[in-house]
Amino acid sequence: MYAALWKILPGSRWIKILQVVVLAVIVLSVAVEWVFPWVASTFIQPETSVEP
Amino acid sequence: MPVRDKFSWIRAPRKGGRASRVPLNISFRKFFAKIGKFQFSLASTRKAIAKIGQIRFTRRAVDNVIGVTGELLMTAGVFVLLFLGWHVWYNDIVSGIAQDNAGAALTEEWNTVPVAVPEFDRSQGTSSGIAVAIEPPVTPTGAAGDRFATMLVPRFGATFERAIAGGIDPKTVLNIRSAGIGHYSQTDDLGEIGNFAVAGHRTTYGAPFGNIGELRVGDRLYIETNAGWYVYRFRNLEYVWPNNTSVLKRVPESSAKAKGRILTLTSCHPKMSSAERVIAYSVFETFVPRERGAPAEVAAIKAGG
Repeated sequence: MYAALWKILPGSRWIKILQVVVLAVIVLSVAVEWVFPWVASTFIQPETSVEP
Repeated sequence: MPVRDKFSWIRAPRKGGRASRVPLNISFRKFFAKIGKFQFSLASTRKAIAKIGQIRFTRRAVDNVIGVTGELLMTAGVFVLLFLGWHVWYNDIVSGIAQDNAGAALTEEWNTVPVAVPEFDRSQGTSSGIAVAIEPPVTPTGAAGDRFATMLVPRFGATFERAIAGGIDPKTVLNIRSAGIGHYSQTDDLGEIGNFAVAGHRTTYGAPFGNIGELRVGDRLYIETNAGWYVYRFRNLEYVWPNNTSVLKRVPESSAKAKGRILTLTSCHPKMSSAERVIAYSVFETFVPRERGAPAEVAAIKAGG
């Protein structure tokens, strides 16, 4: 999978590394901004209130 | 071999030909077309096994499948760890700072635009500058999600200043970065005789009540509104089951007639669990109207922070 990604990316080694870093930053920010909050609010509900 | 059998989506490699470069020679179009009509039977299962037996898995193909599976699993593992880090630390810290800033902005607003002039009997003031109000103004909670007060607790840190909103809905009050503390709407209003009860996270989402266990008897808790400061003093902690709603009674855990004003904080216990609830009770001490300026402890904290 990652080997295929490495093959697909154009350019020299350093250009590829730059692209991988940019991709990683994009994936991480999408996760932090949207995916993680959704997962937390959907699957984890720390209860703080007393309810019958 | 019949051409039109149930498993024509698994293509057998050409007889006598070299191993196909694509080892699992599957036609997805045919596969999805078949899926609707698929029926299990012993014969068809045997046929499928026989057909799968004809597929030649090259060494490289097997390596690729194992490799990609491994990479996917490792990626999933990394994301699970990232999520935990985000949930327990990153989001907690970022939300905490955001909630403090939101609370501070709210009180700043009240400072610059004093709205209601409280009904306050000046003759009840003391020489020490702390006004002793017999009847503090009643601040209505308002609609769910509306922020009507902020809470300042010196014991929780110099920058601690979290907004209190109506209702205890996690998604619109407890988990958001502009509030954090929610008022049980079925309990009494702020300033009313009875029990003013609020809920807040102990861990994650900014954890307004993260240090609830550090409270010491006599600690002051300030609830600020545009009218002024309601001063409470911490009395005791209690640990209860999650369904013990009698802590929300006008006199907690009692059916006695309410005579005083109680502030009740509820949060989860132990930390990172929702097995029990920790309850912190405080009793009303006094009310300081905004025109008198912030109480000494609050003023000192704000000047220092």
